[in-house]
Amino acid sequence: MPTNLSARLCTLVLSLVLIAFALPAFAGPFEDAVAKFANDDYSDTEEAIGAVASSGNKLAFPIINALQDGRLMADPDSKKVYVTGTDGKSIDAATGEAVASVPDSASAVRLNNRLRRSVDAALGSLTLQSPDLGARLQAAQSVFKSHEETALDPVESALAKETNRSAKTALGEARAAILLFKSDATEVQKLEAVATIKARGDQEALALLSDIGTDQPASVAKAATSAIGSIQNSLAVWSTVQNAWYGLSLGSVLLLAAIGLAITFGVMGVINMAHGEMVMIGAYTTFVVQEVIRTRYPALFDYSLLIAVPLAFLVAGAIGVLIERSIIRFLYGRPLETLLATWGLSLVLQQAVRTMFGPTNREVGNPSWMSGAFDLGQITITYNRLWILVFTLAVFMILLAMLRYTALGLEMRAVTQNRRMAASMGIATSRVDALTFGLGSGIAGIAGVALSQIDNVSPNLGQSYIIDSFMVVVFGGVGNLWGTLVGAFTLGISNKFLEPVAGAVLGKIAILVLIILFIQKRPRGLFALKGRAVEA
Amino acid sequence: MPTKSIHDIAASFSRRGVLAASAGLMLGLASISGAKAADDTIKVGVLHSLSGTMAISETTLKDTILFLIDEQNKKGGVLGKKLEAVVVDPASNWPLFAEKARELITKDKVSVVFGCWTSVSRKSVLPVFKELNNILFYPVQYEGEESERNVFYTGAAPNQQAIPAVDYLMKEEKVKRWVLAGTDYVYPRTTNKILEAYLKSKGVAQEDIMINYTPFGHSDWQTIVADIKKFGSAGKKTAVVSTINGDANVPFYKELGNQGIKAKDIPVVAFSVGEEELAGIDTKPLVGHLAAWNYFESIKTPANEKFIKDWQAFTKNPKRTTNDPMEAHVIGFNMWIKAVEKVKSTDPDKVIDALPGIEAPNLTGGVSKMLPNHHITKPVFIGEIKGNGQFDVVWKTPGLVAGDAWSKELDGSKDLIGDWVGKKCGNFNTKTNKCLGSGS
Repeated sequence: MPTNLSARLCTLVLSLVLIAFALPAFAGPFEDAVAKFANDDYSDTEEAIGAVASSGNKLAFPIINALQDGRLMADPDSKKVYVTGTDGKSIDAATGEAVASVPDSASAVRLNNRLRRSVDAALGSLTLQSPDLGARLQAAQSVFKSHEETALDPVESALAKETNRSAKTALGEARAAILLFKSDATEVQKLEAVATIKARGDQEALALLSDIGTDQPASVAKAATSAIGSIQNSLAVWSTVQNAWYGLSLGSVLLLAAIGLAITFGVMGVINMAHGEMVMIGAYTTFVVQEVIRTRYPALFDYSLLIAVPLAFLVAGAIGVLIERSIIRFLYGRPLETLLATWGLSLVLQQAVRTMFGPTNREVGNPSWMSGAFDLGQITITYNRLWILVFTLAVFMILLAMLRYTALGLEMRAVTQNRRMAASMGIATSRVDALTFGLGSGIAGIAGVALSQIDNVSPNLGQSYIIDSFMVVVFGGVGNLWGTLVGAFTLGISNKFLEPVAGAVLGKIAILVLIILFIQKRPRGLFALKGRAVEA
Repeated sequence: MPTKSIHDIAASFSRRGVLAASAGLMLGLASISGAKAADDTIKVGVLHSLSGTMAISETTLKDTILFLIDEQNKKGGVLGKKLEAVVVDPASNWPLFAEKARELITKDKVSVVFGCWTSVSRKSVLPVFKELNNILFYPVQYEGEESERNVFYTGAAPNQQAIPAVDYLMKEEKVKRWVLAGTDYVYPRTTNKILEAYLKSKGVAQEDIMINYTPFGHSDWQTIVADIKKFGSAGKKTAVVSTINGDANVPFYKELGNQGIKAKDIPVVAFSVGEEELAGIDTKPLVGHLAAWNYFESIKTPANEKFIKDWQAFTKNPKRTTNDPMEAHVIGFNMWIKAVEKVKSTDPDKVIDALPGIEAPNLTGGVSKMLPNHHITKPVFIGEIKGNGQFDVVWKTPGLVAGDAWSKELDGSKDLIGDWVGKKCGNFNTKTNKCLGSGS
């Protein structure tokens, strides 16, 4: 009997515990709040976010996090809400119990920009003590932006436990932002807050200080005004650095587009209007490579560009050789006919691509190492631009080395400098012509791989670069690779320093006028070739 | 089916057109008409660029008209006759638009023309349509400030797209500071002029408006995006109103994404970015940026779902997207059919007089009406970009908005109305009670 009794007692206690746990599943503010997600109404969703975030329930973080990623599913019929994990498993958002599957009638809870800000603010106070440093920094940043008073306690307790220096600074700034806007904060606290934010010194600090309103104590308002002034001064200096960087980046794009032309036009003297289309073919090669990778080997996506570079070189180079053998070799020494023939050819190539791939843009994705940006001081440097700059310089160096140190390079230089002499030395000049043109086209193809990362992949891609490319080559000095390099960076940097002053349209016009004047003065460009080769 | 369908014929001709164009014969010779038509068909001209810069946008519209004609013929055509498409390629070349329009009307004797995309191409064909007295249905959102007897504007006027979008940002996002960014040509310039006047009338100060123009096909957006970021850090909620056109959008949005400008900080609302333009971008970094249109593919109505299904079956491409100018052509085409059936004739004069007042259902659940100023009533939707390249409608106007030919915001046009029913005038001044006529 006693065993029976104790067993019954056990059952009783157990069921009491169960009831205690299970009760909130039927009613209670948390469950009501969660159910609001199913209403598909933006203001209900906003209320739900606030209630869930402040509930202290351990499900709050997974729910809000899922909401941000579009993984929070709501069934409008049963008013049930589910969290789908990144691993595909789902739980009931109200109870945390695992569910076998989410019903088909459920759809992701929708967000608009206002709700996204609420989600960020909520996640900010929920992840302030996350074990992941990145998450903590992000959380501190979103609290800094939303600076809601309710976040003060979580920030202060997180600050007390924080050991990492940068996270500590970020939390300190978040705390300062809250105090600055807290109506009952003391004047001393506010002055300290202004100083902390001033030390941060970026555009967001500026935005915050400009927004403090008029109901602040006079000393705080004064401190804020002087802080704004000093931040603006330092940002003005940084903006010069920023312009220089943008100029380098634009220059690298111009250079990349023009290097191929520096070979076909600069070295060989062929007015190649189809140069832009070689760039376009390189970009479409990248697209095809990415399509194949996406459907067959998705794990390789980050390497897609590395695979595309040699392929683009081969495809565009082969087409270049074909063009030279079938059209251009009959037109040497007849620049006008070459111009017309290559222009016609560019139209043919455009229309061929349009027929094959359709007239609309094709999506070429950025691999993860080319997405996003990092901050250097007060300027933002985007990874894709940085890599394009590095890539351009690498291509330039390799090309230079090839012309200088390889047998083909030697033959190329020999043929361009004195064709008859080279021929009598036993160089097969027509073969060298074909290979040189192929090389120039291949490099244009490589440029297409890089440009697909920042521009449209459409049949018109090449058109937008052809004028700029000719401009760079002529400005730098025809036949001189270093001239092309200097020309591209000069144009890029001067364009970017003119643009903030004159606007994009006038800036471009001003550059064109300057080039016309320059060419009047020095018809052979920055670095003119000297000697007999020029007259040949 | 003993006869070859219209679409097959048109498709084979357009293929021939492509070859002709490829051969470098684009100027003047790329006409695809050529077909000796039987007298028992009614001819419909299609004047959209199939090559050149604008092919990216206009090719779809050509396919749309072929699709609509195919559907109409399945229902028995109109007035007991089959419709026949005459497709020409003006090759994104503005003067060629006028030549091709003349060819369609005089040589092919079409009863109506559906065509043009850019405002400059519309302006280029206007004199031809007036001189030869024919009908043009123009399906693209445009800058307004025009009402012509021979043109029916089925796209949005500024008050059917730009103004509601700005209202939305003001009310829902509490935007106080505005960047008006556009490509440097007539549509963005006029729209921005209207918006600037409108914003000022709502109490926005001059220093809170930044206007920026860029050349066509601008691809280096670093400076401008950085400027926007800077402009947005003045402590007031900032938004970008973008009239950036065509190809320049992809690098613009890529730069926004890379520099980390999120929609929740500085939203961008665009008037020229639709489902087709987004097809070339990874939209995940752009989630939350906005577009204002009168139609979105994602709108769930039975009419729209049927249209998308039939369209994808017609183009044999299950992923083919639909967009706003396509819907405008659908409405315009159906209005024309109704007007022709009403007057039992395809004579342009009779059809022009019959069109105002004609109603046709749009694809978003409402019924659009042709107004006396040759514009139509349309609903306005604000959509947010989703991760899959589609739009999620977050707001819409309570009812249909009537298109204003002349903007009420600009001093030069606020007294003007277009009325081709009562006043028989496209630019009637209500203050002086005078028709300005075609001279102004």
